[in-house]
Amino acid sequence: MLNLLVLIPALPLAGFILLALRGRQFPAAANAWIGTGSIGLSALFSIMVAINFVGNPPEGNVFIQTLWTWMQFDGNPVTLSFSLDSLSLIMILVITMVGFLIHLYSTEFMRNEEGYSRFFAFMNLFVGSMLILVLAGDFLLLYIGWEGVGLCSYLLIGFWYRDKDNGKAARKAFIVTRIGDVGMLIGIFLLFLHFETFNIQSVMQAAPKTWQIGSSLAILAAFLFLLGAIGKSAQVPLQVWLPDAMAGPTPVSALIHAATMVTAGVYLIARLHVLFEIAPVIQTMIAIIGAVTLLIAACSAMVQRDIKRVLAYSTISQIGYMFLALGVGAWSAAIFHFMTHAFFKALLFLAAGVVILAQNHEHDMFNMGGLRSLLPLPFVVFVIGAASLSALPLVTAGFYSKDFILLSAWYSPSGSALLWVAGIIGAFLTSIYAFRMVFITFFGVSKIPISHRPGFFMITPLIILAFFSIFGGYIELPETHHFSSFLSPVFGIPGEQPINGEGVLEFGASLVSLSGIFLALLFYVLRPEYAGAFREVPFFASLGTFWFSGWKFDALYDRLLVRPFFLIVRKSKNDFIDAVYTGIAYLNRAIHNNLVRTQTGNLRWYAMGITVGAVVFLGILLVR
Amino acid sequence: MMASVPLEHGLILSGILFALGLTGVLIRKNIVFMLMSVEIMLNAAGLAFVTAGARWNQPDGQIMFMFILAMAAAEVSVGLALVVQLYHSFKTLNADAASIMKG
Amino acid sequence: MNTLFYISAVIAVFATVMVITRTKAVHALLYLIVSLLAVALIFFALGAPFVAMLEILIYAGAIMVLFVFVIMMLNLGSDSAKQESQWLDPATWRGPAILCAVLLIELMYLFLSHPVRSVIFSVVGPKQVGIALLGPYVIGVELASFLLLAGLVGAYHLGRPHKHEIKETS
Repeated sequence: MLNLLVLIPALPLAGFILLALRGRQFPAAANAWIGTGSIGLSALFSIMVAINFVGNPPEGNVFIQTLWTWMQFDGNPVTLSFSLDSLSLIMILVITMVGFLIHLYSTEFMRNEEGYSRFFAFMNLFVGSMLILVLAGDFLLLYIGWEGVGLCSYLLIGFWYRDKDNGKAARKAFIVTRIGDVGMLIGIFLLFLHFETFNIQSVMQAAPKTWQIGSSLAILAAFLFLLGAIGKSAQVPLQVWLPDAMAGPTPVSALIHAATMVTAGVYLIARLHVLFEIAPVIQTMIAIIGAVTLLIAACSAMVQRDIKRVLAYSTISQIGYMFLALGVGAWSAAIFHFMTHAFFKALLFLAAGVVILAQNHEHDMFNMGGLRSLLPLPFVVFVIGAASLSALPLVTAGFYSKDFILLSAWYSPSGSALLWVAGIIGAFLTSIYAFRMVFITFFGVSKIPISHRPGFFMITPLIILAFFSIFGGYIELPETHHFSSFLSPVFGIPGEQPINGEGVLEFGASLVSLSGIFLALLFYVLRPEYAGAFREVPFFASLGTFWFSGWKFDALYDRLLVRPFFLIVRKSKNDFIDAVYTGIAYLNRAIHNNLVRTQTGNLRWYAMGITVGAVVFLGILLVR
Repeated sequence: MMASVPLEHGLILSGILFALGLTGVLIRKNIVFMLMSVEIMLNAAGLAFVTAGARWNQPDGQIMFMFILAMAAAEVSVGLALVVQLYHSFKTLNADAASIMKG
Repeated sequence: MNTLFYISAVIAVFATVMVITRTKAVHALLYLIVSLLAVALIFFALGAPFVAMLEILIYAGAIMVLFVFVIMMLNLGSDSAKQESQWLDPATWRGPAILCAVLLIELMYLFLSHPVRSVIFSVVGPKQVGIALLGPYVIGVELASFLLLAGLVGAYHLGRPHKHEIKETS
């Protein structure tokens, strides 16, 4: 039964090939069936595999399915093998199920778009690559999946390629993540150099034995992989691509830039946690990066006008939380938050897509309003999503996951109170921006009439995701720890946490989240004039502009990297090496222009030429 | 009683005639005159052959001359036909007029 | 015989100079015929009566007559004579004359680099020529016949009146 594992990535890839080759000739319904059906079957198989795995765990809690040997050198085989353990199982369940719901949603969302088959082909390729990434037992296979998701991200962000700005956004995403990818590749080479194998399990077993804690090689390797993770997961300093990636269709933003691809970095660090445990410096770095990112992104999310950009910055911020958890060693907390985040962020994006369609493709929240009565069901699910995002106490999944992270930040041996404070401030800001979104969009006066009501295929995923956003957290209550015990074979037994201070911290977190909601209510529903007054103050106005531009990272990179690069390009366009080549061409032309004068077309001239030749030859013969 | 002229004198004569013919080709613009000068050159070459053959008392020189003669006949007929065509096309016998192949 | 040779040589050279400097075409042709006849006499003096006859018959008799016919057909009148004298100015013939003089000097040098020796020529008659022609040189005979056939066909084809004119493009 576990042998069905290979079908889980294979089906979406087969769907991709079929749609890529023949999609344009199929009717739209066939494309939808193939595209969604492949993911649906994958989800079904994932559930079956999960049931089998949980009920009948394989030996060592790892199931390895080797497909074939890819290459062999020095007796070291590089195999195409999928390895399934608790971590991968969680990942494939989330990816396939959330992916299936998003595909279902897109069948209706993208119905009238040109390139329907292309969309599903790329989405299938994406899901296939992501599944390869999380199931990979070898670094090379992991890298293939890594590159595959990067490629699909580029293809899907630039899906509406006729608008050049979309192409620019896609290129920006690809290039920025590429910086991280190079780091990761060098890290893979480094590990291979020292351990002479690409197999992830073997490296993870050999690393603590060979490298001391804090050895420079371990730090280097960990840093390189961290670079890869930062790029893909859009953390500081490589976070600049994600807000612009909202140029793609909303289902793409939901799947790739909320639920799955951006969490690949989190998965990578979790998978290689052994490596990071022997490089504590890097782990601290992860935590700091996470904390900084979550604050920066939360500030930026508070002042955005485009509804999708708010969600983009929110994603960056929430992944910052996951990095924070990874940095303090709370591996299960990070994966738990990944799972709940996948649910509520996908929900928010899909609901935002409903709103955008209903408001005739309008993205600016301040141009919307009053949708509470016009779109009641989307309103309810949106509020559920926002509540989960804000970690509304006790009733939402987000509360439990964020709580777990904050507790770990306080209690973990590598955590610190400072990180906890950063997390709390972030939670405060999160609830502000989340409910700011709700109040501006759904309350007030309706400005644009409804142009499209969502149908069955768009509503159903919303309901299912809303359900999980509420009830998905109950598997990891602070007392029961079902989730982390499930992950314990991978990460080790979760450390005992003192119970006494826990309640206070949880209460503090809940208070913060509720007060954020109240503040948003105050500023945007009850007393909107306060918000106006804030904007009048010059300091706050310029602060707002600063946050709006993403803390001016784009401008910084433009000054620091882009302009010098273009300067170098311009200067080297006609440098001395080019002069050699243009010089050859110029010389050629000059010689031609001069030699062509001997072609006069005049018969006597040619006869003269013959005579001169004869004279010269005879002369040479005589002189010798 | 045949002549007993040194071979070199015959060749010198042939050389002079050849050079004169070459000069004629180079300095005349009229196609017909150029063809005539070519005939002079051919004749001079034939003279050289015959002289050389006669020096060794062999018929080979005369045979070469005959081939040259045949070739000259064929060349003149075709060349004059071309001259007539040229005159029809360009209305002039100036050799410089037919320089479309320049450049 | 020697004097015959030298006199004919002088006549040939003189006639050739006249050929290349005349303005009227017919005059040049007549001088050319004289030159050819002089060369025929030289052939006689060298003991090659057969080719002497051939020279007179074919070269002076057929080829030059062909030239005369074409010139008559082209109807070059007095204005063409004027044009020829225009074309024949010193600026035109200075360069080529010097070039050919250089060539001549080189040839003389070549010819006179060996010691000069007299040889008595004996007559090589038609019989000997015939035996050699149809013996070792029979292939040449065949090739010459190809050549003449080609010349015949070519001259016939080119001599036909063509329907279109060549347009002169600049």
